[in-house]
Amino acid sequence: MAGLEVDDIAPAAADFSGIIVGKIITAETHPNADKLRVCEVDSGSERLQIVCGAPNARAGLIAPLAVVGAVLPGDFKIKKAALRGVESNGMLCSSKELGLAEDADGLMELPANSPIGIDLREYLQLDDTLLELDLTPNRADCLSVRGIARDVSAVCAAEIITHDIAAIPAQTDRLIEVKLEDPAACPRYIGRVIEGLNPQAETPIWMVEKLRRSGVRSLGPLVDVTNFVLLELGQPMHAFDLDKIQGGIIVRRAQAGEKLILLDGSEAELDNDLLVIADHDGPLALAGIMGGEASACDLNTSTILLESAFFDPAVIMGKSRRFGLHTDSSHRFERGVDPQSQVEAVERATGLILEICGGQAGPVIVAESVADIPVRKAVTLRLDRINKVLGSQLTAADVEPILKRLGFQLESLTNGWKIVPPGARFDIEIEEDLIEEVARVYGYNNLPIRMPSGRIPTPVLPEREIALRRMRQAMVANGYSEAVNYSFIEQKVLQACDQGQQAYALANPLSADMDVMRTNLLAGLLLSLDSNQRRQRERIRLFELGNVFAASATEGAAPDQSLRLAAVASGSALPEQWAETTRSMDFFDLKGDLQRVLALRGQDDVEFVACTDYSWLHPGQSAKVVIAAKTIGWIGAIHPQTLKQFGIRNDVFAFEVEAESVQKRELPFAKEISRFPAIRRDLALVVSEAVSFDDLIRVIRSTAGVLLADLRVFDVYQGEGVEKTCKSLAISLILQDVSSTLMDETVDSIINDVVSALEAQFGARLRGK
Amino acid sequence: MDSLNNILQAALDGVDGAESLSALDDIRVEYLGKKGQVTALLKSLGGMQPEQRKVAGQSINQAKQSLQAAINDRRASLEKAVLDARLIAESVDVTLPGRGVERGGLHPVTHTMERITEIFSRLGFSVATGPEVEDDEHNFEALNFPAHHPARAMHDTFYFPDGRLLRTHTSPVQIRVMKEQQPPVRIIAPGKVYRSDSDQTHTPMFHQVEGLLVDKDVTFADLKGVLQEFVNAFFEEELAIRLRPSYFPFTEPSAEVDVAWDKGDGSEPGWLEVLGCGMVHPNVLKGLDIDPEIYTGYAFGLGVERFAMLRYGVKDLRQFFENDLQFLSQFR
Repeated sequence: MAGLEVDDIAPAAADFSGIIVGKIITAETHPNADKLRVCEVDSGSERLQIVCGAPNARAGLIAPLAVVGAVLPGDFKIKKAALRGVESNGMLCSSKELGLAEDADGLMELPANSPIGIDLREYLQLDDTLLELDLTPNRADCLSVRGIARDVSAVCAAEIITHDIAAIPAQTDRLIEVKLEDPAACPRYIGRVIEGLNPQAETPIWMVEKLRRSGVRSLGPLVDVTNFVLLELGQPMHAFDLDKIQGGIIVRRAQAGEKLILLDGSEAELDNDLLVIADHDGPLALAGIMGGEASACDLNTSTILLESAFFDPAVIMGKSRRFGLHTDSSHRFERGVDPQSQVEAVERATGLILEICGGQAGPVIVAESVADIPVRKAVTLRLDRINKVLGSQLTAADVEPILKRLGFQLESLTNGWKIVPPGARFDIEIEEDLIEEVARVYGYNNLPIRMPSGRIPTPVLPEREIALRRMRQAMVANGYSEAVNYSFIEQKVLQACDQGQQAYALANPLSADMDVMRTNLLAGLLLSLDSNQRRQRERIRLFELGNVFAASATEGAAPDQSLRLAAVASGSALPEQWAETTRSMDFFDLKGDLQRVLALRGQDDVEFVACTDYSWLHPGQSAKVVIAAKTIGWIGAIHPQTLKQFGIRNDVFAFEVEAESVQKRELPFAKEISRFPAIRRDLALVVSEAVSFDDLIRVIRSTAGVLLADLRVFDVYQGEGVEKTCKSLAISLILQDVSSTLMDETVDSIINDVVSALEAQFGARLRGK
Repeated sequence: MDSLNNILQAALDGVDGAESLSALDDIRVEYLGKKGQVTALLKSLGGMQPEQRKVAGQSINQAKQSLQAAINDRRASLEKAVLDARLIAESVDVTLPGRGVERGGLHPVTHTMERITEIFSRLGFSVATGPEVEDDEHNFEALNFPAHHPARAMHDTFYFPDGRLLRTHTSPVQIRVMKEQQPPVRIIAPGKVYRSDSDQTHTPMFHQVEGLLVDKDVTFADLKGVLQEFVNAFFEEELAIRLRPSYFPFTEPSAEVDVAWDKGDGSEPGWLEVLGCGMVHPNVLKGLDIDPEIYTGYAFGLGVERFAMLRYGVKDLRQFFENDLQFLSQFR
């Protein structure tokens, strides 16, 4: 609850029991199996005969011993057994079998001085708990045990126990020259030569075990010590084999074209924005990221140069990612390492190395440019500002202990403090950072809460714009379910449904089928329709309301983002039911659905103009949707060729319109209503099939004028009784006047005018005449 | 008079026996019609003596009236029988399904986003939107993410070759709004966001609602208050919330918010992380020429899918974008 999120709590070791420390006294080859050995094992209280298959089973080895009755992880019980005819009274274990490692190539080797017969859990202190913390990038100070301890002490209001690190006096006078060529990037480089190391030394079990619990594999004492100090103090270190270094150390920018083989075996191509540790021959290590293979310690190393440096975070940031690396070292340097911890770390590491490997240490080598070493600036914290930001009423007595426990140096001012944070607190730069420190340690949940109150602004509620919510609801009422597709899609699929628009392509798509931003909604909806059809759904209604993107025609300009409403429909017109015969849907079902959405506009100003502009639509069943002479979308049956491309079996009808054009509407303005009766006249007209209904009503409307209250088409007929290339339309005209009852003569004359106009314009005639 | 009685009796018997309206009408005509038997008797009165006529007239009129009344009664009952029969014939099985159209449904993410928007609207927040294809400045720089800063690694970003990117959060809308408008600012910004990450618990596209309030005297206490009100309103019950310190480059102090959540499976309620928030970082305000000494503000961002999953018990995040009608049709 202090900002250090505990990701996981786990036992230090898996559940096992009955495992003790055993020693192999003799190991003979099994009489019936070459790969097995028959061992005599000292369990502390008795001698046991155990058959073992591990390659490293040898006389003198001390290893974990599971006696009869022991239980291994996974509830595996050890019983007396016979292996190829030889009795075995227990089992010698590898670290993998004990759940202490992911894999192992033989028995777990315990130190030669281990007490025989002691329970392994007790010996390695395995009845412990591991806490895994998930740190946010600002809290680099907690990337060490020491840093976490300081934070815990503040949160728990407990004293921190510190261990002084003793300075190790020089036993030799061996030095090496260190040159800082870029002091801003590396203002401090601390080194130390240690010679006379025992190459056969082994890392003590307690350190191996501590490293294991931190997820670090033991790689020999020199590397282990540097890793241990990194975990303990937060200071990354490196150990070079001094015999592999030519001349002195130069900390410099790499030259373009230089190459370096790294510890992981990969070759890094260097450039001059990278900082390297070099000798007189060339680069040895990528500063703050990873050492080089050529200067690494190995099994013969007896003289080393310890490195403990401070690098400017800005120089390290982003560099490791360039090589696909993410090391414990780069992780810390990117976020900031305490610029004052280098000497301390060298002393700590020297002490540990001398203890484990013997040898003699030289003097501490200090290369630094004091002016370039970052100094934690003092930050002023005002008590009233704390309370202004937090809404609290904290006093100096609340604040001071918190800041002191966090290691801040305080100097009192009239209404606050001048504060110097500890070196590792790169996240403390301004007053708000300190306010957060106070708040989080005081406890966010102990701070006051104030419910919303006071003046609430009333935003205007635009009425000349249909809320998107209403458009969605209209589609839902039409029987459509809302789909949400990803905004990126496969270019090839997209192109099947657009007019060759330039799609805006991603530089780093997640996969090839999501490589460009969609220029239309149709493609995604057809994919969704297809996947539903594959799940045996015949009647499908889907719509989507979302943004589409088109690369801008202007070089360098942002892509055009626009909001569209689209729908796809397939299957029967109505859900299958008892009262109506099932019929397949057609163009007019979908047009009705779109018109019900358009009707939200309250204006009858949308035109559907037949066209063949859209390659993915059936040329005989497609139209542009036009408002005020502007094409705002299309509607139609999907072209059989396009359906084939998507693998869709059934006919599909679809529309896609610009949502923002549909949204705009005028306010209704009340018209006078009529109290006089309306008169209906029906006309049965025969016209050429090329004449559209829209053409007819435009003429009817303009001819009939204001008295025409309504107009309906109630039959369309082609066939017997009507010439082949003609169609018959039955249209009813409703006429009504607001100021008087219409006279028959007036109505007759209007109807006559309409018929004459239609005849003149389209050669229309009344049926049967 | 015997004949009158006989006629009346026969007529009444006929009325009683009439099984249809037409049969009844036949009887009416037979006795009371112009040539009917009772009418004939009335006509015969003319040839009688006055004394006799008076007596006979009374009897005949009485008989006529009782016959008429009997006919009327019979007609009423026959009409009722006809109506009853029609009503029975016209009855339907009301349990058969209606002849309606199928109703579709809003996507659960949309529905959740609308609810969230509605709640904040009532608290006086207006809705702001911004482009989904953003530039580095709005998505990162102006929000106090320096170049190469490790904080950027928390956002797996989709880039375009020209350096633009898909917004990784709806926070850039904060910047766009404050560039146009000086405080007080009180907005929410719902919309799609993108991260280059795809597994069981991550989809490369998801939805966020960003909230921002900048004014004089806005405190962390107000932030806690508005979030508590929101959580109560959204879940329609008083749920405890707790704030944990966290880190977002554009807020300071920053927090993550957990709600006490009862899974309903009998287990102890646990804390579930639902959103991130904090006080607007002074660097963000300064970058927009807003004086952080005068104005303070809070911001919060919540994941819509997270709320939808909790509210409707959705287990698999990826289902939201598969558009399977079996899934979609559950949310109506």
